[in-house]
Amino acid sequence: MLGDILAWLADHPGAFETAASRHLALSITALIAAMALALPLALVLVRWHHAAGSVIAAVNVLRTIPSLALLAAILPLLGTGFLPSVIALTLYGLPAILINTHTALREVDPDVVEAGLGQGMTPRQVMRRIRIPLGLPVIFAGIRTAAVQIVSAATLAAFIGGGGLGELITAGMGTLNIAELVLGGLAVAALAMATELFFAGLEWSVRRSTGLAA
Amino acid sequence: MERAAVDRVGGMIRLENVSKTFPGATRPAVDRLDLDVPDGTTCVLIGPSGCGKTTTMRIVNRLIEPSSGRIVVEGQDVTRADAVELRRRIGYVIQQVGLFPHMTIAQNVATVPQLLGWPGPRIASRVEEMLSLVGLEPAQFLDRYPRHLSGGQRQRVGVARALAADPPVMLMDEPFGAVDPIVRAGLQAELLGILRRLAKTVIFVTHDIDEAIRMGDLVAIMKDGRLVQCARPEALLSAPKDAFVADFVGADRALKRLTLTTAGEAAAPTSAGPGAPVVSAATSLRDVLSLLLACGADAAAVVGVSGTPVGAVSLATIRERAAARTS
Repeated sequence: MLGDILAWLADHPGAFETAASRHLALSITALIAAMALALPLALVLVRWHHAAGSVIAAVNVLRTIPSLALLAAILPLLGTGFLPSVIALTLYGLPAILINTHTALREVDPDVVEAGLGQGMTPRQVMRRIRIPLGLPVIFAGIRTAAVQIVSAATLAAFIGGGGLGELITAGMGTLNIAELVLGGLAVAALAMATELFFAGLEWSVRRSTGLAA
Repeated sequence: MERAAVDRVGGMIRLENVSKTFPGATRPAVDRLDLDVPDGTTCVLIGPSGCGKTTTMRIVNRLIEPSSGRIVVEGQDVTRADAVELRRRIGYVIQQVGLFPHMTIAQNVATVPQLLGWPGPRIASRVEEMLSLVGLEPAQFLDRYPRHLSGGQRQRVGVARALAADPPVMLMDEPFGAVDPIVRAGLQAELLGILRRLAKTVIFVTHDIDEAIRMGDLVAIMKDGRLVQCARPEALLSAPKDAFVADFVGADRALKRLTLTTAGEAAAPTSAGPGAPVVSAATSLRDVLSLLLACGADAAAVVGVSGTPVGAVSLATIRERAAARTS
């Protein structure tokens, strides 16, 4: 098998690199977009907590839609290619970040929040000095989850012409080229694991620097 | 035991006809409450669960907004003033302490001075001063985190944090509730000393009548949101207003009254006789009584700090004191 894979790589110079870099581009863009939307929204929902219930419920619905279905649904609306794939992936990763962030900020120890308010902090100061620093580990966990979900789901971008490592899998399936298929599969798996490890490391260093580690 | 400042007109903290009804509640949590706390005194709010004592306290710094009534602090009507600015002038201590776990002890204590924009060096020296005041060696504690401290130490930091900006008023909600009983007695004594020295005006909430009698210059008993009786501990113990108060202070209130006087204060310049037990002048009359009963003696010899004889306390004296009515 390994020999077949190496042979395929030799026969298709640059194909793997193109697919891999496209996969990363899709993932990174979608993750940044998901963070840019979800983080501020979560902050707003903490303040306007009467709206939070319905927004979170709506977002939860997004979570139940399988990634492929989400991508397929985008197709008639936005067509094929890079941008529609990014949009679909953003929607896919958004719930994890939004829900984790909102929960993290709301469920900070109420005694600590009360002490902060009692000392004379404004709600904004409570957010900046108490909720966010204490919520950071859970917020990070949400970003990490979303990152891994996006990296995995980006495999399916191949189905709507978005490119990425999924193309190796679909092409391999189509032409019954097992080497190509396995290469694609292994690459996605490796990328997902690397993403997980990267964010785990980041989370660990954030914990250490905020003095919350033991 | 000497009690604090004389009453003055227009106390440091005044609640005028304050009421609070929470949405959906069947009765007010606080019902037309009038409270006047003189400068430099500690007023203890006490009562059964749900009586409104904590709600009342939190109305003073507007963590809970009253439904009606006036709040006057330092002579100013603060009912509709800027709540955030008000809270920076009021020290706030809660049972669970609520230290910021992601900040060092030094940063915790520096909270209000920082919010007020004090210059760095002034904050640093104030933090050290406060830690020393509460009995925590600054060098040892400045850079530690709350999770490394014991419950008693954490509450000391909580008090230091509340005192840091030198507020004239303090609110304390069962500050020693989460601390074990042995440590609690020591903390009560230390806090009493600190509050006296600094002449703070304090509202102190507790459910423990012994703590109330020990800590309070005034004790305000509440029930169902209403103030039932507000008086000095001796007055409360010798003349409870009704059956509820009598019940609340306890059937042993005569004995409790004896904790308010020391052997030194009650001693007559006589001799207790040969073989009499010896007590220090700081011993409460209640403990003297206990000792006399245990020894089967009629009087105890009282000695001062350095062992100098002060006089004697007899059972007759104790009986007199326990029965005394306030004028």
